[in-house]
Amino acid sequence: MRAYTSVWRLRFLLGLQYRTAAFAGIATQLFFGFIFIMIYIAFYEHGAGGAPIDLPDLISYTWLQQIFLTLIMLWYRDNEIFRLITSGNIAYELCRPCGIYGFWYAKLLGQRLAGASLRCLPLLPIALLLPEPYRLGFPPSIANLGLFILSLAIGLLIVVSVSMLLYISVFWTMSPVGSTLLISIAGEFFAGMVIPVPLMPEWLQKIANFLPFRWSADFPFRVYTGHIPEREALLGIAAQLVWIVVLIGFGQWLLSRALRRTVIQGG
Amino acid sequence: MSGVRLYFKYLSMLFRSQMQYRASFLLLTFGQFFIPFAVFASLYFMFERFGQLRSWSFFEVALIFGVIHMAFSIAECFARGFDMFSSLVGAGEFDRLLVRPRSTVVQVLGSQFEFTRFGRLLQSAIVLVWALAKLPIDWNVAKGITLALMIACGVFIFAGIFILFATLCFWTVQGLEVANIFTDGGREMAQYPLDIYKRWVTVFFTFVIPFGCVNYLPMLYILDRVEGRDLAYMAMPLAGAVFLVPCVLVWQIGVRHYRSTGS
Repeated sequence: MRAYTSVWRLRFLLGLQYRTAAFAGIATQLFFGFIFIMIYIAFYEHGAGGAPIDLPDLISYTWLQQIFLTLIMLWYRDNEIFRLITSGNIAYELCRPCGIYGFWYAKLLGQRLAGASLRCLPLLPIALLLPEPYRLGFPPSIANLGLFILSLAIGLLIVVSVSMLLYISVFWTMSPVGSTLLISIAGEFFAGMVIPVPLMPEWLQKIANFLPFRWSADFPFRVYTGHIPEREALLGIAAQLVWIVVLIGFGQWLLSRALRRTVIQGG
Repeated sequence: MSGVRLYFKYLSMLFRSQMQYRASFLLLTFGQFFIPFAVFASLYFMFERFGQLRSWSFFEVALIFGVIHMAFSIAECFARGFDMFSSLVGAGEFDRLLVRPRSTVVQVLGSQFEFTRFGRLLQSAIVLVWALAKLPIDWNVAKGITLALMIACGVFIFAGIFILFATLCFWTVQGLEVANIFTDGGREMAQYPLDIYKRWVTVFFTFVIPFGCVNYLPMLYILDRVEGRDLAYMAMPLAGAVFLVPCVLVWQIGVRHYRSTGS
């Protein structure tokens, strides 16, 4: 465990080196937040009555997406791992005295947390202080806030588990771009990053419910705004935990199969 | 003239090299098709739920979407060299371009060409044709020319932004992520009619980066939403071509200030 925490810490410190990049990221996220909210406002002007989510809730949802982007987006690739696999340097990784799955998992987790802490901390107060109607609202109760933090944390573990599967798939495909591009487009769509899940048509929401993606982004954000009531939120967290067990179990099994058939060429 | 010939030589070279990895090429092209597809699908679902956006109908917005996404994907195909320019400077490769007796713009343009973006182009072309087929527009030659100008000048704007941010690499060496606001952000913004946004957005994207001039304003003319001054609306997209001029000038200044990283 000590080994994993230190990998995690190293990644975190490395991420903190790129402060200008973080600043640019904040500006970009703010801009996108504003644009999306203006579009939603324009749509809602015309018959918001039937909409399944209120405008203030939707605005909070949009900001949370922008603020926690580094925690929830699937497309946050670590080229180092891709190169390790395709170049054969994976041999060094295998020599390390700790499991490769846990090692990479800690690495990816640390990277995301570093990126997020650089972007969340400044962006969160800005979004909370914006003038109406752009302001990010507070959650309706302390319980909602607690459940939100818990579900976001579990959601983060889900995203990392899914992205682990993407990395492991490179053992077979050897070329990361094509296959990962398709999966990440689908993943982002079904996580509600392109259109919020509550605004999707019924049949599409059903599909989204069957996939792991929405549990990492859509679910915690709706817990935050209270759009998902507390009792339902607890059930959702149970579902998240099931997903984690399934995804990590599957990932470890897949990796052990991949490693068994890996042939490392000298060079 | 020799510049153009040289450029096409570059193109055929790049095409052959990218075709060496055929499976990966096809998968990527396929994937590129789905990026704007997902965005367009959500636009469709929004209209399905809300009916209309202010005074705009689905097909009108789809036309706007098609124009801007076509412009973006064409620009990404051609001007990819500028988009990836930071890696050229960072590796010190730009020195090699400077010692050749040809214009730097042609050489950087020729250094990269993303044929996989055809997937993206295809998707936006389909949307454009679909919207055109469904909208009851009285077509005449003037409107046809305007539409062609809109796409062409949209390409110039995106290319201009790529060049502008590539130029900044001469000083910063690193690529700048802020560029995304103007390329990706500009695209996301301009796929909806400009009048749904707040004033500061509209003003910025009309007078500073003229997305509004290649998209929203001439579209008003094509859809017959304005009376008179046809010629002014037709000529509006040319603002995109004008935008390119200072970008190329700044580039020339940047080239003169270039200091190699030496690596």
